[in-house]
Amino acid sequence: MYTQGLDQGGRDQQAAVETAEQLAAFQKRIDAEEKIEAKDWMPEAYRRTLVRQISQHAHSEIIGMQPEGNWLTRAPSLKRKAILLAKVQDEAGHGLYLYSAAETLGVSRDQMVADLLSGKAKYSSIFNYPTLSWADIGAIGWLVDGAAIMNQIPLCRCSYGPYARAMVRVCKEESFHQRQGFDIMLNLCRGTDRQKAMAQDALNRWWWPSLMMFGPNDSESTHSAQSMAWKIKRFSNDELRQKFVDVTVQQAAFLGISVPDDDLKLDEASGHYNYGEIDWQEFIDVIAGNGPCNQQRLDKRRRAHDDGDWVREAAQAYANKQAARVAA
Amino acid sequence: MTKQEWPLYEVFIRTKAGLSHRHAGSVHAPDDQMALSNARDTYTRRSEGVSLWVVRSDRIVASDPAETSAFFEPAEDKIYRHPTFYDIPDGVENL
Repeated sequence: MYTQGLDQGGRDQQAAVETAEQLAAFQKRIDAEEKIEAKDWMPEAYRRTLVRQISQHAHSEIIGMQPEGNWLTRAPSLKRKAILLAKVQDEAGHGLYLYSAAETLGVSRDQMVADLLSGKAKYSSIFNYPTLSWADIGAIGWLVDGAAIMNQIPLCRCSYGPYARAMVRVCKEESFHQRQGFDIMLNLCRGTDRQKAMAQDALNRWWWPSLMMFGPNDSESTHSAQSMAWKIKRFSNDELRQKFVDVTVQQAAFLGISVPDDDLKLDEASGHYNYGEIDWQEFIDVIAGNGPCNQQRLDKRRRAHDDGDWVREAAQAYANKQAARVAA
Repeated sequence: MTKQEWPLYEVFIRTKAGLSHRHAGSVHAPDDQMALSNARDTYTRRSEGVSLWVVRSDRIVASDPAETSAFFEPAEDKIYRHPTFYDIPDGVENL
């Protein structure tokens, strides 16, 4: 999902100082559905997994502002512009909730930001695709935020308290995002033929990248088993992807546009939709930094960070002056 | 100017008059006033609060989770502090 890069990483080394008793006691707490809080003892690998997952999730929210921000000045009406502005602001907010949750694990905000800017840290592959038309804003809300919700609702029950609480907040707001996206699609689909064609084109381009958001197939997902045991993850990649396909196909039918998959077929016995093979090479390429917009996204984030430098400096100078005045 | 990391502030929100402030998360800011503004922008975009507290995280004194049982132990054997400790015979009302 927003943390697909996790599944690509190497195996964690178990730190030598952790005793079998400590690990067993920790797992017992997890199995009893107890929440782990910031200052509690936890295995180093649990901490590291969470830092990576939460910070990647935060980075995804921050980079995720860009594809939509692209349409702020081109929204078709003042109403749409105000709504989109609120949505992009929410993405920034989600990034901040998540950075704040990650910091409880002992990693500094500045370090996480530096890792994003240097290209060391990963973020979701989905934000490396371009937003070519206004319909893409609808498709992002409907599909990308829809996929995000599938993944994030179970994260509200994640074993790590600060992450779970941040996700509760995120999920509440995400629901607005998905509905506003569907609303845009619905308007286009009820509009002229050209508008409907725009909606269809957006679905064609965003469908497969949205399915990739759930990460590799379960058989390829090396970290999943440990994350499930730690109750960081509650459902597997494929389970969540199936859930997403099942609900979204029906919504597309309501809109009167078709999912770009010739193999899509309802399996009467299971009640689930079978779907075609995902182009995993494309997924690997985008994760590796070779998607359509990877370079552009990072360049823009770096520029935004540099452009904000004088503001941070001024705020710091003001704070220093005030502090000196109080001290005097 | 040398870069220094802005201090962390914990954010507490009172959702409406009559309720206590409740921890919401944290923000970074160079000073108290900006911490308050940042907290407003980050945590109350949908009228989630009528009052905000921010406090420097390094000023919070917290109990140690590793010492939890020893720290709270004095309360554990004083079950007579709970009303359910007392048997009240049937027929006694309003007690």
